[in-house]
Amino acid sequence: MKSNHLARLGNSGLYVLADLGRMAIFLLLAVRGLFRRPFRFHELLRQIQFIGVGSLAVIFFTAASTGMVLGLQGYYSLNKFGAEGMLGSAVALTLIMELGPVLTALMVAGRAGSAICAEIGIMRISEQIDALECMAIDPFRYFISPKMLATLISVPLLTAIFDLVGIAGGYVAGVSLMGVSPGSYLEGMQSSVTNHDIRLGVIKSFVFALLVVWISAGRGYFVREIRGAGFGAESVSRVTTQAVVLSSISVLIFDYLLTAVLL
Amino acid sequence: MTPAIAFDQVVKSFTRADGTVQAVLDKVSFSIPTGKTTVIAGGSGQGKSVTLKIILGLMPLDSGRVFVQGRDVTGVRGGELEKLRSHFGVLFQGSALFDSLTVFENVALPLRERTSMSEEEIHSAVAATLAQLELTGHDEKYPAQLSGGMQKRVGLARALQLRPDILLFDEPTTGLDPVMTREIYHLFARMQADFGFTSVIVSHDIPKIFNLADQVIILNRGVMEVFASPEEIQWSEKPHIREFVKTTMGDIYQSHLVEK
Repeated sequence: MKSNHLARLGNSGLYVLADLGRMAIFLLLAVRGLFRRPFRFHELLRQIQFIGVGSLAVIFFTAASTGMVLGLQGYYSLNKFGAEGMLGSAVALTLIMELGPVLTALMVAGRAGSAICAEIGIMRISEQIDALECMAIDPFRYFISPKMLATLISVPLLTAIFDLVGIAGGYVAGVSLMGVSPGSYLEGMQSSVTNHDIRLGVIKSFVFALLVVWISAGRGYFVREIRGAGFGAESVSRVTTQAVVLSSISVLIFDYLLTAVLL
Repeated sequence: MTPAIAFDQVVKSFTRADGTVQAVLDKVSFSIPTGKTTVIAGGSGQGKSVTLKIILGLMPLDSGRVFVQGRDVTGVRGGELEKLRSHFGVLFQGSALFDSLTVFENVALPLRERTSMSEEEIHSAVAATLAQLELTGHDEKYPAQLSGGMQKRVGLARALQLRPDILLFDEPTTGLDPVMTREIYHLFARMQADFGFTSVIVSHDIPKIFNLADQVIILNRGVMEVFASPEEIQWSEKPHIREFVKTTMGDIYQSHLVEK
């Protein structure tokens, strides 16, 4: 009985190791695919259109809402200490270093990551990826690497848009609604946000973008190998859910790690 | 003549969920003659598709060696594997057409990705293949707008684009009605006469597919039996082959052999 449990534990450990190995090789092949010729520039633009431009509305809405809530809550907290003048600084730093990269990555994981995983998963179960390989066409160069590069380009840009819209939202809530002085909002922001803070936000957005696209594309690509995923359409739906959950959790874990290391 | 494909003592096994190991191919050896049609038959889960995947380098083998046109290709990777695959065309069970591409784009894909042909040359080459397969006028349709039989024909057109030496068919008539199945088999025979490729057909549609076969390989519980002709099968004295003939072909087998 005990040995059965041990065997199961060992089996699970081996599965996790094999899965990590598969994912590491997947990342290497995806990076290699970026350098293989001919590069599919049109596919890259198409993916930027889908992942980047297509996510603008959800990013705009989330950023405006987050910025306005930050403006109101920040005003409420700072007002207790008579420090409303710090509102611009508090909103900007929170958005640039923390909420901008994290919420953008979570939105992209939910909207584009799930679509990437499902598309690749369906291509895998319907043998379209096998067909590419049999025609001696590298599937990574053909469609996976362009998705990866498009995400790496789109997410930092979406994060920058998120930050700007969020700061504007904070301005509307804090200045226009609560009566904070416009000068102190903008002045506080300018004086407290440093290049280091912006760099931290940019690094985070790149790392989160990589995590989201790597996990989403990788789960779809290995849909047949994932234990407990089942078969056919059900397996795609399960790995898509798994991809969104895993990439979201990874973003949150790496957010803490990067903050601890780089702050 | 050097065989198109040869297996030498190939072993492939899988580990089940309960940890037990099952050999799907157990020291299997055979050779597929160049320019002929070989049918690999057998029941479900007997290793037919595994055999195709091993030939294509989509699945590693446990031991043994695989030869393609006399060259040992066991375990080749990277550029060598891509070079090996350029000898093959594959018609997949579900056709494996790209849903987001039109018929024309699907058939043009290997030419666009693997050759330096101009768009004009690609257009005329694709148009010629589509005409040969009676698909003219359907080039702007998407796979979802086609019947199962037409999807197979588009898959065949795509597989033929790079003029492969060897064409592999994985359950080519699954999901087709008897009329369409007969039509597809006639098409295979005509294409083979036109292009002169070596055919390997994996199928469980046994009585009908045997009409096309020059050689038949029967896979049963990891072991292969090679027969020089379909007729040879019915005279086999081996009990498991007799059982196989009885369960999979029955009376129909005799009538189809007479037809041929």
